[in-house]
Amino acid sequence: MYKIILAIRYLVKRRITYFAVAAVALCVFIVVVVMTVLTGLVSDFKQKNHSFVGDCVIGTESLVGFAYYEDFIKILGKEDFIEGVSPVIKSYALISRKGSEQNYGVEIMGIDPVKHSQTTGFSQTLHYHENDVSNVFKPVKDPNCMGCVLGIDLALERDEQGRYTYGFSPAEADIALAITCFPLTAKGALAKAGGLGLVNTKTFCYSDTSQSGLARVDSSIIYLPFEQAQLLCGMAEPGKRINAIHIKFKKGVNLNAGCERVTSLWQQFKQKRADELLNTVTVQSWKSNRRAYIAAMEKEQAMMTALFGLVGITTVFIILVVFYMIISHKSKDIGILKSIGVSNANVIQLFLGFAFLVGLLGSVIGSVGGWRFLVHINQIENWLFNHFGFQLWDRSIYAIGDIPNQVELSVLIVIIFSAIVACLAGALIPTWQAAKLKPVEILQVSQL
Amino acid sequence: MSKNDFILESDGIYKSYRMGATEVKVLKGVNLAVKHGEFVAIVGASGSGKSTLLHILGALDRSDKGIVKFEGRQLNHYGSSELNRFRNKMVGFVFQFYHLLDELNVLENVYLPAMALKTTFGWFACRRWAKSRARELLDLLGLADRANHKPYQLSGGERQRVAIGRALMNEPRILLADEPTGNLDSATGNGILDVLEKLNRAGQTIIMVTHDERIAERADRIITLADGKIEHKSI
Repeated sequence: MYKIILAIRYLVKRRITYFAVAAVALCVFIVVVVMTVLTGLVSDFKQKNHSFVGDCVIGTESLVGFAYYEDFIKILGKEDFIEGVSPVIKSYALISRKGSEQNYGVEIMGIDPVKHSQTTGFSQTLHYHENDVSNVFKPVKDPNCMGCVLGIDLALERDEQGRYTYGFSPAEADIALAITCFPLTAKGALAKAGGLGLVNTKTFCYSDTSQSGLARVDSSIIYLPFEQAQLLCGMAEPGKRINAIHIKFKKGVNLNAGCERVTSLWQQFKQKRADELLNTVTVQSWKSNRRAYIAAMEKEQAMMTALFGLVGITTVFIILVVFYMIISHKSKDIGILKSIGVSNANVIQLFLGFAFLVGLLGSVIGSVGGWRFLVHINQIENWLFNHFGFQLWDRSIYAIGDIPNQVELSVLIVIIFSAIVACLAGALIPTWQAAKLKPVEILQVSQL
Repeated sequence: MSKNDFILESDGIYKSYRMGATEVKVLKGVNLAVKHGEFVAIVGASGSGKSTLLHILGALDRSDKGIVKFEGRQLNHYGSSELNRFRNKMVGFVFQFYHLLDELNVLENVYLPAMALKTTFGWFACRRWAKSRARELLDLLGLADRANHKPYQLSGGERQRVAIGRALMNEPRILLADEPTGNLDSATGNGILDVLEKLNRAGQTIIMVTHDERIAERADRIITLADGKIEHKSI
């Protein structure tokens, strides 16, 4: 009991302890804020990627694509673990606004909007047709024109606060885009397709914008009606081809288990067909499919975590120094306690208990401070932007809306636990040395 | 005289310290025996080894050679937990500089030894007794109205009386006092000696170290330590 009483009194009465608590609180505050923002960004980025591709993708990197997709979609349709399936054409194209001679390179995605919305989060990315996805490729101004959905950064510009200015709607504007593709044969050679010629050009009218929140997607992809994209790419000839099948699993289906089942079905399907193109096709979970993009963010997160590990080591060192000072001031107490029969182990427990309290109090203060700061982080950033022009991320460049500020309990627990462990680690050496002191050495008059 | 009359005995105690390259021999074969209920004063010049001897007798330090027996049992054979128990239950120390814990009040300082070897639950079981015993001691020492004061709010004499209260908390068999009046004026010092005499009359065994012959005269027996050896005994 005296250990609890003394640990609390040391905490309350020793002014130097406040510095240790403040050091821990500051470190915890910084780590909570940075890790929350970073974890939020990574988790948001992952969620957007997941939403963009669905749960599983059967696809090929080759622009030639693969055939027999309709047969395989039928097989998938019979499986009870599958919620939605969407065949997709992916290729590159040149676009130019009608009347303009300037061309831009873009990626095109040919989709069936309804099927694609059942499989991915496509409909939620639309500005005008979020609740009317079946008509997304029907421009209001000219229903006879084939519609196209532009990645939002292709159509609009953002202001400094990241807001898009919808100056004109598809209902008012009459924007026609000439989209040019290079159709390929199943062997990869340039083809004459759909009676259009070696280079296929079709005119599409702007019918909506898609904001996936993924900068690369929003600045480079144009969504076209599936059949039209297939024609443009020369994939609509007999032995129709596509580039990918996006799949959504039913709720409760484990991602890996679902992907394994799809892989197994695909392997069986492939074995029955002697088509080399099918060998280029892989089955991937959304995580594997988007690995190239997610890995960069995860690496950044890992680096930041490592850097904050160094902050943790600094905390340990600060605590070590503070505890050295505290314990050197308290050596007389150790001598007194030992003279009344207190053991070395109990002396260690007393000072480690004290370190625990420093860690706990510092963590609580840092966590509450960090949490309050995060609650207002967007207001604070707006205020800084309005008054000083400071912005953490330039919204006209980065596809970030609000700064993520949802504190994850698991992250918070890990941070608090680490801070307490850091305090105990920092206090261990001076505490150990204090416990080894002989009472006579401390209580001798010459030592006072 | 039966051997059992002795509460504490030392036989051939040697102790030396290293000071740089030099070895300073402090005790050179001290033999001593203290009876139950005795009030013994150890006197000697500064550096004669009186405090070192007291620390060895109270198991705060170990001798290089020789035996210390407490009630017939050798302290050298005690394990560390037995030694802790010995320091907690069998002896009570009073130091020249009081050595009270600044973070605790007077009452808490006095009952600290009762808490020292108890678990939290063990303490809750006996805390009423301990607090009542501590108040009793403070009453005996004339400090009843100072129970909630902090050590820095007390005079030197009062602090020393608190230290005596702490030393007596667990009803030790021996009270070891190292220059208990060394830091006090003579009037206050006399007050402390009165307390020690009163305790001795009540049956408390006391070994007191002092450099002052006049203070030593208040004891039943004076042992003079010179050059690391007992020079003279008088009863």
